[in-house]
Amino acid sequence: MQRRANARGFGMTPEPAAARRLGRTVAWGALAAIAALALLPLIGSTSIDYGSALRGVSPDKEILFSFRLPRVLLAMVVGGGLAVSGVLFQALVRDALADPYVLGVAGGAALGAVLAIVFGWTGVGGFSGVWLSASAGAGAVLLLVLAIASHGRRMSSFTLLLAGITMNSVCAAVLLFLHNLVDFQQSFAVLRWLMGGIEPNTYSTIGWLALVVLSAVGFVFWRARQWNLLAVGEEWATARGLSATRLMVTGFIAGSLITGSVTAVTGPIGFIGLIVPHALRLRLGADHRLLIPGAFLAGAVFLAVCDTVARTALAPSEVPVGVITALLGGPFFIWLLRSKKRSLWL
Amino acid sequence: MNPLFELRGVSMRYDGIVALNVAELDFPLGQFVSVVGPNGAGKSTLLGIMAGLRPEYEGHCRFAGNEVKRWPRRRLAQAVSFVPQTLRVEFPFTAEQVVMMGRTPFGDGLFETPADHEALERALEFTDTVAFRHRDFRSLSGGERQRVVLASALAQDPQALLLDEPTAFLDVKHQLAVQRVLRQLCARGILVVAATHDLNLAAAFCDRVVVLHRGGVAADAAPAEALRAEVIRSVFEVEAILHAEAGKRPWIRYDA
Repeated sequence: MQRRANARGFGMTPEPAAARRLGRTVAWGALAAIAALALLPLIGSTSIDYGSALRGVSPDKEILFSFRLPRVLLAMVVGGGLAVSGVLFQALVRDALADPYVLGVAGGAALGAVLAIVFGWTGVGGFSGVWLSASAGAGAVLLLVLAIASHGRRMSSFTLLLAGITMNSVCAAVLLFLHNLVDFQQSFAVLRWLMGGIEPNTYSTIGWLALVVLSAVGFVFWRARQWNLLAVGEEWATARGLSATRLMVTGFIAGSLITGSVTAVTGPIGFIGLIVPHALRLRLGADHRLLIPGAFLAGAVFLAVCDTVARTALAPSEVPVGVITALLGGPFFIWLLRSKKRSLWL
Repeated sequence: MNPLFELRGVSMRYDGIVALNVAELDFPLGQFVSVVGPNGAGKSTLLGIMAGLRPEYEGHCRFAGNEVKRWPRRRLAQAVSFVPQTLRVEFPFTAEQVVMMGRTPFGDGLFETPADHEALERALEFTDTVAFRHRDFRSLSGGERQRVVLASALAQDPQALLLDEPTAFLDVKHQLAVQRVLRQLCARGILVVAATHDLNLAAAFCDRVVVLHRGGVAADAAPAEALRAEVIRSVFEVEAILHAEAGKRPWIRYDA
């Protein structure tokens, strides 16, 4: 009897509890993001302060508003987007080792972007050719990798990873091939797509990217409860009334759109989608209602910090941030691989 | 009253090979039916079709008068739930989260409603899984996992519960515990259909046994009738004797 009363009591207050947990996650993440946005632009070879920058004193104003602030903002949008697409791809293929880089999707996006540059495609109807082509490249490689890996009834992470890594190499090879075809000026632009980096960008580019990424992330978050079921299994989701196929297709489109848009601006930046979701799952569990907003904010902070390291570590010269994330992510990936070795070879 | 499930001339092929070919089979509410048969006899296929997971079947499989493959997925999931043989989970979902997923057909919102939480508590208590509700599903023993999956199916508040070898990986104690839970569900008017390899469990607990053989129905009757020595010999190719005494549960002895 006592138990029943408890059960009923619990039944009256659950929604605030779940919402509170989400609220706490978002609040902590937002706090970290605001701190990063406020503090990271102050770090660099030239020291600046907000007071003089806001008063319009040169060169503080130019350094803050034309270089460091847009760079931190861009890093945040890109990091958040990549972390969320990592969460999404992991749920869709039911494998914690998947992310836009490992699956070859980022490589495909980079190749798409380069093709648009080399062939001088400027785009249609106001959409930039590089952006459209990068998104298409992301989607095409994803389809290919999935087709290769799902040969047979069950997708094994072994074939999935091999297919992804192979596609990455192939895309890089084609990219280098194109690099040899074009003139000197273009060739410099092409090489940039081998390893991604955050460069100061116009506010309008950052704004457009933020709009695309945030709408896709919002869409993904709105479906958060359904990714939970899909992350358990397709049949599991179908038996609970969801249309697994439709859900997977929309998920893959959203993930390719995020990866493609981000890569079109920065080039392929690896392992954000692997490190951030994994670390968050240790803390938040597997519920996508917490993971998706958490990954966006944590990914934003993480890449902004990495990029600050990238531009200050070897100052005055700069390392592409993709180098930093790969140096962190490579060992992390191997550690993850080892910890799930037993199931990998099934 | 019409039976809950009505199968007429249902067949299913994989790569041209007939996996199931059932002429006629009815399942009314409140029955506990075991589906037995050798490997590849079509047990999983039959349950998959009834659960709406294999819409590519031919013939007629009606649930509550309407063809299963024409039911809107979600409406069907509000009335029919399915328990798979095993569930391998990659991510750290808690037992409670796995059970709560059974409430998916009942709401679109980002959060579960108070009604969902009540169903969750009922399902956890009924399957005796309250004690480890907050534990990582992957850390549970086989028996605990199976009860959690069963709880998830019960959280769907089903009229029909379909189970694919629910006790295959359980020790004797937990096998019996699951059978008792299934019996209680029947007593509440739910249709329970369970595929099993254990003829003794089928004989002891069920109202009715459907014997499948090469995709067809070889016998369909009360346990003592359906699991006669001749049926077991022709379908399973082993010698066995069914002991049935009035007022006692029948049991089967195999002659090795």
